[in-house]
Amino acid sequence: MSLLYIKDLRVNYGGIEAIKGISLTVEKGEIVTLIGANGAGKSTTLRAISGLVPLRDGTITYDGQVISGQSPQKIVSEGIGMVPEGRRVFPNLTVLENLRIGAYLRKDDLTPDIDHVYQLFPRLKERSWQPAGTLSGGEQQMLAVGRAMMMRPKLLMMDEPSLGLAPLVIRDIFRIIEKLHEEGITILLVEQNANAALRIADSAYVLETGSITMHGTGEELLSNPKVKEAYLGKSRSST
Amino acid sequence: MFDKILPYLLAGISVGGQYALIAVGYTMVYGILRLINFAHGDIFTAAGFFMVYITASLPMGISIPLVIVLTVALGFVLERVAYKPLRTAPRMSVMISAIGASYLMQNLMWYVTGGLAKQYPVLPWLSDSVQIGSASTKVVSIVTPILTVALVVALVMLIKHTKIGMAMRAVSVDFETSQLMGIRINSVISMTFIIGSALAAVGSMLFFTSYSTVTPTVGAMPGLKAFVAAVFGGIGSIPGAVIGAFIIGIAENLIKAAGYTAFSDAFTFVLLIIVLLFKPTGLFGEAAAEKV
Repeated sequence: MSLLYIKDLRVNYGGIEAIKGISLTVEKGEIVTLIGANGAGKSTTLRAISGLVPLRDGTITYDGQVISGQSPQKIVSEGIGMVPEGRRVFPNLTVLENLRIGAYLRKDDLTPDIDHVYQLFPRLKERSWQPAGTLSGGEQQMLAVGRAMMMRPKLLMMDEPSLGLAPLVIRDIFRIIEKLHEEGITILLVEQNANAALRIADSAYVLETGSITMHGTGEELLSNPKVKEAYLGKSRSST
Repeated sequence: MFDKILPYLLAGISVGGQYALIAVGYTMVYGILRLINFAHGDIFTAAGFFMVYITASLPMGISIPLVIVLTVALGFVLERVAYKPLRTAPRMSVMISAIGASYLMQNLMWYVTGGLAKQYPVLPWLSDSVQIGSASTKVVSIVTPILTVALVVALVMLIKHTKIGMAMRAVSVDFETSQLMGIRINSVISMTFIIGSALAAVGSMLFFTSYSTVTPTVGAMPGLKAFVAAVFGGIGSIPGAVIGAFIIGIAENLIKAAGYTAFSDAFTFVLLIIVLLFKPTGLFGEAAAEKV
């Protein structure tokens, strides 16, 4: 049984139909990526899954239960974590508080989880007492990932984690995504950086103006001429 | 010279404490909702009437906590009825709703009380006289600043060091991401109205012990001045609101001491205009208060 199953999802956003009936499946333990241009509806799809925007139609099933129509709090508590677009760390909270608030619904001891995040991101440990607003973009992205991990999600959704970061930092972020994957976390990754995303993805969907136009394994889409032309840039399609 | 000023200074500190207790309610709600809760002054007045009616039939020991509970309930209901349904509406709509709620409460109080000024009950001990140096004053003038500072310190600790305080700080900058953390936005917002109303209830007890009569519009002036104090201190900042309130309270009374009583209210509102013109973020306000 798949961990996440979306069927005929339709979402209206800002008066237009942003998602026009998409279906997609995320198997347990996979990295699934959703690529597409700006405004294709990638973020809206994630926001719909996490309960932030209402569905117009369709169902979202997670771990055998229908979660569409539930509150974001309920959906988080079921084990769906989110690294939102633009990182959205709480700038007025310290790094440590940002991690603690990621585990807001937990009542047990957080120390092992905090240690684990600090082990993955030693830079955050050094800055534990700093307000998150003083961190660099890359550090904030790491914090956003660490914060989402504090809830011990089974499914981690990441919205454009590479956005606005330097190439070296992007490499770090993708290395971390693979590491989380090795730890057994299922990942749903939304990216404009299609090349990097497809390389690590088990399964991939191409979203264009609210509809899924292509689906395959990461490798299949990487070598697909249409994907090459539209999303991977000319320099790569010529090689 | 000092002997002449001392009673005014004491009165100023006391009035400042009362403004501060109201101002915290304005500033906290603004910090979370970016809303000026115009009905806050009426909550303060309602707390006064609650005391008038409750002490008529119940002993003081029960009345005081009961007044606080009822005021808190009123603040909670106000938020649920007048603001919560407009959570995603433009801010102007919420502001209009706040003004409407304020008038509704004032008119309800006219209706219930018949518009007559009610005598506020004498709170034991607080109304006793004490001698400070050459000045004679009521115990309440001494208790007010101490109680105010104690309550505000407790509140700041709550916001800095508890889980709900952390949630409040998170919600104040980002509703949506807070929801993704599993925080119930509505509970956090209710909590700020509960705290603000409880402080207003305490403030009203201290205020009416000095002013002794309650009318439906009596809260308007202290409410406005507390609002000015919150803006002066930097709206959204709790220490700012408290410092602003003490400065306004003391300045008003020093102006009275200088013999310009007629201008003491004017001073406060001129201060508001000056702050808005030259430093709209106030003493401790954040630079960019605009909510995304």
